[in-house]
Amino acid sequence: MLGILFAVLFYVATLVLVIGVAARIWRFARIPAPLKVPIAPAPKTSGGVVLRMFREVVFFESLFKSNKWIWLFGWTFHMSMWLVLMRHLRYFTQPVWGWVEVVQPFGTYAAFGMIFGIAGLWGRRIVVERIRYISSPSDHLMLALLGGIVFTGAMTRFVAHTDIVAVKVFMLGLLRLKVGPLPSDPFLLVHLFLVAALMIVFPVSKLLHAPGVFFSPSRNQTDNARKKRHLAPWAAKMES
Amino acid sequence: MAAQDTDIPQLAHPLEIPRLKCGAMAESAPYAASREHQEGLGFPGELLPDWKERALAKMEELAKRNRAFQVYLDTCVKCGACTDKCHYFIGTGDPKNMPVARQDLLRSVYRRYFTFAGKYFPKLVGARDLTEEVLDEWYSYYHQCSQCRRCSVFCPFGIDTAEISMAAREIMDVVGKGQKYCNEIIGKVHDIGNNLGLQEKALRATLEDLEEDIEEDTGISVRIPVDEKGADILLVTPSADFFAEPHIEGLLGYAKVFHEAGVSWTISSYASEAANFGLFIGSYENMRDVSLRIRKAAKDLGVKRIIFGECGHAWRVAYSYLNTLAGPWDFLDQGYPIPQHILEFTWDEIQKGSLTLDKSRNDHIRLTFHDSCNVARASGMGDEEGGQFEIPRNVIKAVCNHFHDMPRDTIKEATLCCGGGGGLLTDELMDLRVKGASPRMTALKEVTEEHGVTHLAAICAICKTQFSKVMPKFGYDMDSVLSVHQLVSNAIVLSGQDAGEGDGSETPENAPNDAIGEEV
Repeated sequence: MLGILFAVLFYVATLVLVIGVAARIWRFARIPAPLKVPIAPAPKTSGGVVLRMFREVVFFESLFKSNKWIWLFGWTFHMSMWLVLMRHLRYFTQPVWGWVEVVQPFGTYAAFGMIFGIAGLWGRRIVVERIRYISSPSDHLMLALLGGIVFTGAMTRFVAHTDIVAVKVFMLGLLRLKVGPLPSDPFLLVHLFLVAALMIVFPVSKLLHAPGVFFSPSRNQTDNARKKRHLAPWAAKMES
Repeated sequence: MAAQDTDIPQLAHPLEIPRLKCGAMAESAPYAASREHQEGLGFPGELLPDWKERALAKMEELAKRNRAFQVYLDTCVKCGACTDKCHYFIGTGDPKNMPVARQDLLRSVYRRYFTFAGKYFPKLVGARDLTEEVLDEWYSYYHQCSQCRRCSVFCPFGIDTAEISMAAREIMDVVGKGQKYCNEIIGKVHDIGNNLGLQEKALRATLEDLEEDIEEDTGISVRIPVDEKGADILLVTPSADFFAEPHIEGLLGYAKVFHEAGVSWTISSYASEAANFGLFIGSYENMRDVSLRIRKAAKDLGVKRIIFGECGHAWRVAYSYLNTLAGPWDFLDQGYPIPQHILEFTWDEIQKGSLTLDKSRNDHIRLTFHDSCNVARASGMGDEEGGQFEIPRNVIKAVCNHFHDMPRDTIKEATLCCGGGGGLLTDELMDLRVKGASPRMTALKEVTEEHGVTHLAAICAICKTQFSKVMPKFGYDMDSVLSVHQLVSNAIVLSGQDAGEGDGSETPENAPNDAIGEEV
């Protein structure tokens, strides 16, 4: 029964996530940027743009220039999250890929990096007057959601070990559209429920910053306006 | 609001973060555009009964035609990185002047009508209905943004409040709630050709006077031609360069450089304005119409090149948009950048060695340089990345012995706005302008204390007018602000001129900076 419930939940969540994010990306991609608005220091070549975007999404370069505390917490959180996500691939692959094995020990303890990051960001949201002012309930809720996922996940790994082999059998089954039994460990169930919730709210929340960053005209445009004419389709119609 | 009412913020350092003062600037708002000014630009003359529907329709349209608007509305995570980056926030402490909070004035409405979360859980995500109070709040706070883009530099996603502020102003225009200062001026450009509404005859007379001044001063005849067909170069410069101080001194500098370089050039009376306030109100159509005047002038006069004078937002429109709005420029000489900045031209001539410069003529000046926001962050110069920072400094160092930069986190891409850009250079906003200038003035004081800096050079007509108005409030003379080409003009030794004669070092008379100076 639990197995069926969570199977349905995950199928729905996956569909919502994939279709929702794809639709938003499709929308972002189709809207023209009518004018050249790269922000200084702007690269002159498309290679330079790729490099700039790489530095932004890997090192959070602008955030680093902006505020060292937000950078420390935000960057630690995101990089830890990638390690944790990579480690989780072992529950969806058989045999486990070699590089996932390599990531395993780092991904395990990266959970604490995520907790450190969330705690720091949340603390600032509460303590720093300016950030408290701009926070909506949803901003706190998002941190609670992420915190809940990391906390319950860490509990199943470090404190109240769940039957991880059974979980993996369940997940591998889902990938083959076969629904099996799921251990009824409360930390595990809350963990999985919150993950599904996160996947569902992703396309309608600020988590859209993940695809959004790649579509930001101030960062993804080449500074070559004098050399190459840039014209949006709707603006071209004015010329005829 | 009278300027003397302003209590000038005392900052310990240029970027000191203030305590929040909620509602501190809620009363600040520019004069509304009259029916005549609105209708002249094709906007309704007063707030329409169905304004709300029109506003939402316009918002939807903008989200479909401008990727930046859509992406920036969706992408903000409220991380807080931008919260202490706006000079108006630093100067006023009003939390709605924090970039993210300014964006949220509009984003909250976008969410309410166009997102799932905002439609069904408005309280949760801070979404709100569009009401007349909200519209008034937009009018106040979107006219406390100079669209300088400093916040965007520091945003992890590059979210640019200027894009949101321009969109908000465009929405307000189409529902009949436009701003007098911008819309009146754009109307003058459409009708006459420049922000001042200066007719051809008056323009010619003014420029003839200036020619006489140069000759009197140097003994050399230097021309400032108007509407000369067949000239090689069309100079497009802000009309403030014809009338306001220290702008005029810059114009004399351009004329002397052209003279020494031996090129033929002309000003156009039809396109006698570099400024393009269409940018400030976010109107592509208005910006395009103003730009097309330059295209027509270039064709009619048969020039081969276009050069822009010192003007910040004009250079943004020229460098980044002119090719888009009024191109292709296939009828011009492709061997030169189209368009070119006067500083690029002057720097080329300095490198070629065609100018004789006597730096000692500027020895009475200890100088710093104010990077104008639109030049620094929204344009470029030369072929190298960061040329817009280096070329002005290179020219300054070639004509001036004593140069000291202000602190690094207040210059170049992190430069602080003068406080009067983006369509805010109007008297009724003087309180805001003084407060917004305080971070820049504090940075200036630091180099005054450390290096004895006496003067501030700028390459923007708005910056120059703003500084000549606000610097006295911070203990500087109104003529402490200079045009970069004024320094060039001082240092240049004209061919045939006796050395020592025509020392340009005497400071200009304190020209009255009347209303005309406002309309750069």
